[in-house]
Amino acid sequence: MKINDVILRTVVKAVVFIILTLGVYLFFAGHNAPGGGFIGGLVLGSAVVLLYLTYDIETVHKGMPFDFKKVAAFGVLLATGTAIGSIFFNVPFLTQAAREFHFPLLGETHLSTVMIFEAGVALTVIGTLVTIILSISEDE
Amino acid sequence: MNNIIVLPLIIPIVTAILLVFLRHNIRLQRIVSLVTVAAVSIIAFILLLEVQTNGIMKIDFSGWLPPFGILFVADSFSMLLVLTANIITAICLIYAFSTIGGRHERMFFYPFVLFLIAGVNGSFLTGDIFNLFVCFEVMLLASYVLVALGGEKFQLRESLKYVLINVVASWMFLVALAYLYGTLKTLNMAHIAVRVAEAGQDPVLTTVAILFLIVFSLKAGLLLFFWLPGSYSVPPTAVQALFAALLTKVGIYALFRTFTLMFTLNASITHMLIGVMAGITIVLGCLGALSGRDVRTIAAYNVIIGVGFILIGLAIGTEQAFAGAIYYLIHDMVAKALLFLIVGTMVYLTGEIIVKNMNGLIRHYPLFGWIYFIVMCALAGIPPLSGFLGKVLIGQQAVEGGFYVLLAIGFGSSIIVLYSLLRIFLAAFFGETSISEEDKKPIPKGAMASFVVLALCIIALGLGAEGIAPYVEDAARTLADPAIYIEAILGAK
Amino acid sequence: MESLIVILVGILVAVATYLILSRTVIRVILGTAVLSHAVHLLILTVGGLKKGDVPLLSQSDGPYTDALPQALILTAIVISFAVTAFVLVLAYRMYGTNGTDDFSKLGGSSDE
Repeated sequence: MKINDVILRTVVKAVVFIILTLGVYLFFAGHNAPGGGFIGGLVLGSAVVLLYLTYDIETVHKGMPFDFKKVAAFGVLLATGTAIGSIFFNVPFLTQAAREFHFPLLGETHLSTVMIFEAGVALTVIGTLVTIILSISEDE
Repeated sequence: MNNIIVLPLIIPIVTAILLVFLRHNIRLQRIVSLVTVAAVSIIAFILLLEVQTNGIMKIDFSGWLPPFGILFVADSFSMLLVLTANIITAICLIYAFSTIGGRHERMFFYPFVLFLIAGVNGSFLTGDIFNLFVCFEVMLLASYVLVALGGEKFQLRESLKYVLINVVASWMFLVALAYLYGTLKTLNMAHIAVRVAEAGQDPVLTTVAILFLIVFSLKAGLLLFFWLPGSYSVPPTAVQALFAALLTKVGIYALFRTFTLMFTLNASITHMLIGVMAGITIVLGCLGALSGRDVRTIAAYNVIIGVGFILIGLAIGTEQAFAGAIYYLIHDMVAKALLFLIVGTMVYLTGEIIVKNMNGLIRHYPLFGWIYFIVMCALAGIPPLSGFLGKVLIGQQAVEGGFYVLLAIGFGSSIIVLYSLLRIFLAAFFGETSISEEDKKPIPKGAMASFVVLALCIIALGLGAEGIAPYVEDAARTLADPAIYIEAILGAK
Repeated sequence: MESLIVILVGILVAVATYLILSRTVIRVILGTAVLSHAVHLLILTVGGLKKGDVPLLSQSDGPYTDALPQALILTAIVISFAVTAFVLVLAYRMYGTNGTDDFSKLGGSSDE
């Protein structure tokens, strides 16, 4: 029997973008306010999981042909890479650097290496979250 | 900058991640993992030498000074353990190359071993007790996967039990941390020591100390070892050897740190409790080793006896006793790794796990048999092998401190250890063999090489004890006088 | 307030203990999850419930609440998240190979 999931599909189409936006917002809010890579990653990951729930694994995989294990691995690499970077500048491990940049459209922007670290965390969270869900749901 | 101290943690993690991308290139995976562990061993050796000349070193992460930030500390005790752990991991990897099988290798075996060693190194190096919890968890998560890797029916069952027991133990660790933070408002180990000394160790802190004792005892297999024989006998041999050499020893390290640095004031309760637990552990371990029929069970109970014996050194609590315990700890890591590798190979060669059903192995594999003989003598503490010095030092201090019951139990256990291993030697190695010349399986060259190297380590540790003496003495001095450690972390008062 | 939360922690631990002592694997895992939540709450409580402002430089000028318990809890949550996820997958695999999720039917010696 085929499940009638018209409502789910229609709602998800709109909602996924809201969730993704929220995830990105939380990610960038994280520097001086509540938020950050972990929370942002969880929200982004939940959007992906929602897609997997609504459409089947093959369809989503066609749109996002990533191996999520590798996404997680890349995330850890990015995070540890930022941490190791400080070793080459002969400052204590995990030291961060930050500077104000002026961008067109965005204006004065505070950028720091923490953001790269947090991006790594976010990717790790997304990767692990999706991998866990997939490894449970993949086999019969 | 002392950034070199974080390398034993960070190098294995980074290479483990890189190996995930090299999943199908097994050859490269082997080379990279071996090179990593070897490199960490070299770094540990360099650090050991530096600590010897410059005193205890520390690195404050991102420049946050203690007690506010987290930090890694390198003292002789931790560096000796990091060095030994990494050398043993390298040897176990060599054994794994020829025995573990392609299926494991493709299922991220090497990355998880590297995560395991990263957690172990982190636990040895950290100077912050919450960080210790995190490193413990890194190590445990990797060990959960390694126990379950392969997905056999009995493996899944044992690993589920192993995971659940450790989840509860970690929970108790967190409870202890919560109370500790609630009473002292600090998590830096040196700072905790200072605050405990200022406030005096009142009943609340003693309770917290006992909670820590229970947690680390679960991890070390001190008295609470009921989970150990089951979960140590299901994974592949190389993993068993790694577990036997490393995992319980991290618990022992944590016990030493906690009860020499932080909770030292109420020794009449905590250290007596450790002594009693160590004594009971040895007795129960001996009973297990005597009654076991399965070679792997006998080996697992020998691990438990070793844990009990090392902690007698902590219970006695003098500088010489610590030195003895450190000698014995290093010896035990090497010898237990070798014992587990040999036992696993015996099971592989004969296809049997019951001692009685094996026979005459020494006829086909003379070198293998004599290496077993060496490790047996070392574990029993026969000079000039590695176990001797540790036993003598602990024994001497037990006599001087009046710990006669522990002394009797400790030395009685040596005889039981010898008996239980000799039983395997007589039954499985001597006598007529039932395996014909054509049916005999060859021992892979890599496996044989790892036995030889470990046996050489045992002999070298025994004959060359003089060589590591300055490091062990320095480590024991720091343990016996926590002021050295505290001053190095928080600066002179 | 603190006493109330501590009582709540006690209730959570009691619930978790009950769940862990049951025979079904999935209940035991749920029990460990509740157990870890209980201890997170405990860490928050012993660290002192809200006494100052949010520990954000841009939004208040102190005195701040101690932010460390929250950092500890976040770390502990991540770890318990990873462990719980792993145990769930493990239990699922075990159900697949052993055909039961009842601990009492899992017995047997390791030499099978």
